[in-house]
Amino acid sequence: MLARTADSLFWLARYMERAENVARILQVACRMASMSRSIGNGSNEWLSTLVAAGCEDDFAAVHGDAEPSARAALHYLARDPSNPSSICSCFETARRNARAVRTALTVDMWEALNETWIGARSFGERDFEPDRVAVFLDWVKHRSLLFHGAYANTMLRNDAYYFTQLGTFIERADNTARILDVKYHVLLPAADPVGGALDYYQWQSILRSVSALRSYHWIYRETLKPWHLAEMLILRPEMPRSLRSCYAQITRYLGLVAETYDNRRGECHRLAGEIDARLRVGRIEDVFQCGLHEFLTEIIDDTAVLGQNIAEFYLVS
Amino acid sequence: MYDGSSVRAAYDGISAWLGQTTPEDRRLKAREAEVLFRRIGITFAVYNEGGDPERLIPFDIIPRILDAAAWALLERGLAQRVTALNAFLLDAYNGGEITRAGRIPTSLIVGNPGFRPEMQGFRPPAGAYTHVSGIDIVRTAPDRFYVLEDNCRTPSGVSYMLENREAMLRLFPDLIAAHRIAPISRYPEELLETLRDAAPPACQGNPVIALLTPGQYNSAYYEHSFLADEMGIELVEGADLLVDGDVVFMRTTQGPRRVDVLYRRLDDEFLDPLAFRSDSMLGVPGLFRAYRAGSITLANAVGTGIADDKGIYPFVPEMIRFYLGEEPILCNVPTWRCAEADDRAYVLEHLGELVVKETRGSGGYGMLVGPCSTKEERALFASKLRARPCDYIAQPTLALSTCPTFVESGIAPRHVDLRPFVLFGSTVRIVAGGLTRVALREGSLVVNSSQGGGTKDTWVLEA
Repeated sequence: MLARTADSLFWLARYMERAENVARILQVACRMASMSRSIGNGSNEWLSTLVAAGCEDDFAAVHGDAEPSARAALHYLARDPSNPSSICSCFETARRNARAVRTALTVDMWEALNETWIGARSFGERDFEPDRVAVFLDWVKHRSLLFHGAYANTMLRNDAYYFTQLGTFIERADNTARILDVKYHVLLPAADPVGGALDYYQWQSILRSVSALRSYHWIYRETLKPWHLAEMLILRPEMPRSLRSCYAQITRYLGLVAETYDNRRGECHRLAGEIDARLRVGRIEDVFQCGLHEFLTEIIDDTAVLGQNIAEFYLVS
Repeated sequence: MYDGSSVRAAYDGISAWLGQTTPEDRRLKAREAEVLFRRIGITFAVYNEGGDPERLIPFDIIPRILDAAAWALLERGLAQRVTALNAFLLDAYNGGEITRAGRIPTSLIVGNPGFRPEMQGFRPPAGAYTHVSGIDIVRTAPDRFYVLEDNCRTPSGVSYMLENREAMLRLFPDLIAAHRIAPISRYPEELLETLRDAAPPACQGNPVIALLTPGQYNSAYYEHSFLADEMGIELVEGADLLVDGDVVFMRTTQGPRRVDVLYRRLDDEFLDPLAFRSDSMLGVPGLFRAYRAGSITLANAVGTGIADDKGIYPFVPEMIRFYLGEEPILCNVPTWRCAEADDRAYVLEHLGELVVKETRGSGGYGMLVGPCSTKEERALFASKLRARPCDYIAQPTLALSTCPTFVESGIAPRHVDLRPFVLFGSTVRIVAGGLTRVALREGSLVVNSSQGGGTKDTWVLEA
C-alpha cells in the first residue's frame, strides 16, 4: 500500500484514540473538581488534567500561569481549534486524514468518522460549560466506540488494518502511561503523607477514567490499593488498556506487518519487542522500587521513539 | 417534458407519480436526499466565497428522461465526435494535415494556450488522447442535440451521475422498478478497461494503474477518491510518486512500485515542474520525460486542451468531415468568432440576444448572457470585447429543453443540459446516461455548479 495511506491510517486511529482519552480525562476531572470542593481540599484538578493531556505548557502560553479555571480548561481541551489535541481538533485531524485516504477505509469507517466530524461542529459554546459538558463527553466516547466497532467489524485483515491497530495501541499506551504518571504521587505506598480521603477518590477516578473500576474488583476482590491499581494498568494482561496489553498488540501487529512484507524487520520491531519483554516479565514491586515516575517516563519516551521508528521504516519511503 | 400540450411519452410514469405524491412527501424525500449526500460526503468545494467550504450540490429528485431512440442517436453522435477529436489531436501534434489542407487556421493550434509544443512528434499508445471526455449537450427538439462544449482535459462529474442513481434507488425503489432504465453502474469497470487498453508497450503483464489527484482540497476530490475506490486502484498525490531512470514509481510501505498507467486529474501545467510550471508543488519531477520515453501512459494525454477550446469548437464539424468523411450527427451551436471582423461587428450589434463567452473561461465565469443582461453590463462587455476580440466567441441563446424540477414554489420547468462521458480506448465506450445539470433559478440558462446549478438523475429508457 502507499506509504502515505499507511501514515494516514496510523494517524487517524491515533487521533480518534486521543479524542477518547481526552474525553475520559475530562470526565474524571469534572468529577474530581466537584468532589474536591465537597472534601474541602482545594487542589486544582484542572491543572493536573492539563498535565495528563500533555497540554499544560501550551495552555500556559495562551492563558498565563494563573490557576486554570474549569471553564478555560474545558474549552481548551474539548474544543479549542488552536490546541491540536483538543477533542474537536482530534476529530478534525482524524477526518482530514480519513478523507485523504478514503479509498483505504470501509464505508462504515468513513461514515463513523464523517458523522463524528459533522456532529462535533453542531455543539455550541454553551454545550462546553462545566454544567453541560457531560453530554458532549458521553457523546465523544460513544463516537469513539462506534469508530472502533466500525473498523473492527468491517476492515479486511490486511496491512491497512494492522497500521490502524498500531496507531490505536501506540496512542493508548502513551495515554495510559500519562494518566498514571500524573497521578503517580497518589499511587505511592500508603505510608506517604499525601494519603487520605482525597487520594482514595483519585485512585477510584483513575480506574473510572479507563472504565476499569468493576474490573478491578473482579481481579483483586479487595478495596482499592494503589499498588494493585498500578499493577493493573501497567502489567495485567487481561486489562485492555494496560501498558502490557497495548504492547502485546503492538508487537503482534508489527509482526503481522513484517510477515506480510517478506519478513522485513527493523529497529521498530526490536524496540517494541524489548518494551514488551520488560512489561511481560516485570513485577510491580520492582517498578515501585526503581520509582514509578521514572518507569513511566521511560515508557512514554520509548513509545515516542517507537512511533518515529515505525514512521521511518514504513510510513515515509 | 411537455411535447406541445401533451406529456411526452417517456414521462408518463413520472407524471403519474408526481400526481400521487403530496408536496409534503416530496419535501421529505428532498431532505432525505440531502442527508444522504452529506453523510456520504459528496461535496463540491467552492473557493473564495466564504461559507461552507464543502458545499453540497443541490440534487433534484425528479429525474430527467431520455427515450431509447434519442439515446441511440446521441450515442452515435458522441462516438463520432470523440473519434474525430482524437484524430485531430494526433494530426495536430504529428504533421498537421488539416491545417495544411486549409481547413483549420494554424494559429488556432499553435497560438492556443492548451498547445504543448513538447508533444509534437509524440504518439501516445493507440493514438488515444482523450481517454475520458465529457461532452456538454443541450436538446432543442426531440431529435435535435447541440454540443455546447467538448471537455477533453480532465472532465469531472461522473461520480455525481453514479451517486445520483444510487440516491434514487434508495429513495424511490418503486418508481425505478416501474421503468426499464439502462443501468450505469458499470462505468468504473469500463473506465478501468479503457485505462488498461492504454498501457504502454513497455508494460509487461497486468498494468499497474493509479489515479493522480491534486489532493483533498481540490473541488473534485470526492470524485477522485470515489473512482479510485470503485476501480480498486491507488489514489496518489504527486508526492507519492517518484521518477527514477525514466520509470515512474509510487512510494509504498514495501518500497517503490512501478506504475504503468496514470489516470491523472491534474492539469497539464502542474504535472511536472521540470517540464511545465516550475512552481508546481502538485506534480512529479521527471514525469513528462518518462511519458515521452514511453514508460508510462497518462490519461488523458498531455496537450488535449487544443481540442476543447472555445476557439476551436466551431471547427469540430469540419474535423468530422475531414478525418471521418462523415456528416456530423450532433449539431454545433452557430458560433461567431469575434476575432473575425464581420463576426465581431454582428456580435457587437446583437449583444442583447447573444451569449458571449471568453474562449478561456469555464465554470460559467466570464460570460455575458445577453437577454438577461443590463445595459451597463453590455457596455462593459463591448469594451472588453473590442480590446481583445480573439478572446471571445458568441452564440445565440437556444430554446433549451426544460425539465420539471422541484423548487420552492412547487414543480416548475427549469433548463437542463447533459454531460455524457465518452471513454476512448481500443473501442468507444459510453454508459447510457450522463450528468444532468439543472439551472435552479427561473429563466436561468447557466447550469454550472459553481453558479448555483443543481443535478438530477438521468434515465435512459430501454427499448
